[in-house]
Amino acid sequence: MSASISRRMFLKSGLGAAAAAAASAVPGAHALAAADDRGYLATLIDIRKCIGCEACVEACREANAAKFPEPAKPFPKMYPPRVKVSDWSEKRDVSDRLTPYNWLFIQHTTVKLNGEDTELTLPRRCMHCVNPPCVKLCPWGSAKQLENGISRIDADICLGGSKCKNVCPWDIPQRQTGVGLYLKLLPSLAGNGVMYKCDRCYDRIARGEQPACIDACPEGVQTIGPRKDIIAQAHAIAKEIGGYIYGETENGGTSTLYVSPVPFEELNRAIPKGDGVPHLDPVHDAMADANNLATAMVIAPVAGIAAAAAQFLKTRRRAK
Amino acid sequence: MFEEKPRGVALWQPVKTLYPLTLFFMALTGFGQMPIYNRYYMSDIPGLGWLADFYITRNIHYIGAVVLLGLASYVALDFILSRRRQARLSASGWVRAALLTAIVFSGGLIVIKNFPYVHLSDGCIIALDLFHLAAVMAFLTANLVCLIAKKEWKIFSQK
Repeated sequence: MSASISRRMFLKSGLGAAAAAAASAVPGAHALAAADDRGYLATLIDIRKCIGCEACVEACREANAAKFPEPAKPFPKMYPPRVKVSDWSEKRDVSDRLTPYNWLFIQHTTVKLNGEDTELTLPRRCMHCVNPPCVKLCPWGSAKQLENGISRIDADICLGGSKCKNVCPWDIPQRQTGVGLYLKLLPSLAGNGVMYKCDRCYDRIARGEQPACIDACPEGVQTIGPRKDIIAQAHAIAKEIGGYIYGETENGGTSTLYVSPVPFEELNRAIPKGDGVPHLDPVHDAMADANNLATAMVIAPVAGIAAAAAQFLKTRRRAK
Repeated sequence: MFEEKPRGVALWQPVKTLYPLTLFFMALTGFGQMPIYNRYYMSDIPGLGWLADFYITRNIHYIGAVVLLGLASYVALDFILSRRRQARLSASGWVRAALLTAIVFSGGLIVIKNFPYVHLSDGCIIALDLFHLAAVMAFLTANLVCLIAKKEWKIFSQK
């Protein structure tokens, strides 16, 4: 009796020790702790300063015009009939929401500020999440995250499946049908076009310039810099004005931090929301649930091996 | 076809049930990582709306991976310790084991890729995704062929 108890206890305690060692070795676990030391670029958007002039929107269009889609019509018929055609090519001037031709827009809202109804405006675009679901969950690897944290969709590879839009907590990517690689594969049965979104003017940044929207802003609404510094700046401003921050922790952290004099719950209530018009809801870390299961993936083989070993010992004991 | 199975070497019944069940859900949720179920009406089937929820299918796929890793480790060590004297892998067994290993290995790399601050080169990510898919297709094909042709993955020795 005492011999079998000690073997069970040995297996249990050995398994426990192995699991603890394995869990601490899960790759990325310590990376989460060093969140701000990775050289990611972030942008601070001070809502107080925005006057809604849309200079940033115009600058974005000009700077990225060469990247905009030029679809050839008619589009190949897609099956089954429910497959939605997304055609913005005749509506390129739409600037009050995100489209494949409008990667940044100004969101208008009226809130109470110091007891008075005040219109606040804020530029909205991709949040450039620290762990972007659009990049990590694309089944083909069409979306990429650069070393500086910028996420972008490669228009040469994207098939327009729209999963990135679906998994994005803010539904940011916008599709244009009739362009892209899908036309060369099975255009009737797979793919639908290409997805487009803000790419933080990654090419301008690579040349040492600022994103076009930042350069164009007459009020200095946006500041770009290392994420650690931008977070510190956002907190300093928020403390000074008794304000609020959005984007620091949403979806596990983004590289776009808004600072507002009124709570974001109020802004969120006041803004219209819908496709191409992102919300300001609180957003839990969408990637974390499954990522946390990775610890169990390290423990599982240990458990399997322990079970097989126990079975073997039991069988051998019976044979004796 | 085979000698009578020696006593005490039949695989633990739960394992024999859990393995095909896990493979089924892994394949189902794995294919669900591509945006096909909504397009092709599968998620319209009553009770299967979750097939179009990429986060649900991803979580189930990860849970299935945990189960599969536990099962594979158990079966592998059990086979080495208990069965080697009485059974060996058949040729089709080796093929399926190799393909499953390829799936698990590439799947593990994808899990790592999905952590924050992990950067792989563009080509590497695409190659990894396509390799994982190709290994799955090959594995499913191999299993189908073996099912139809009634090929066993293990051969018991003559004793």
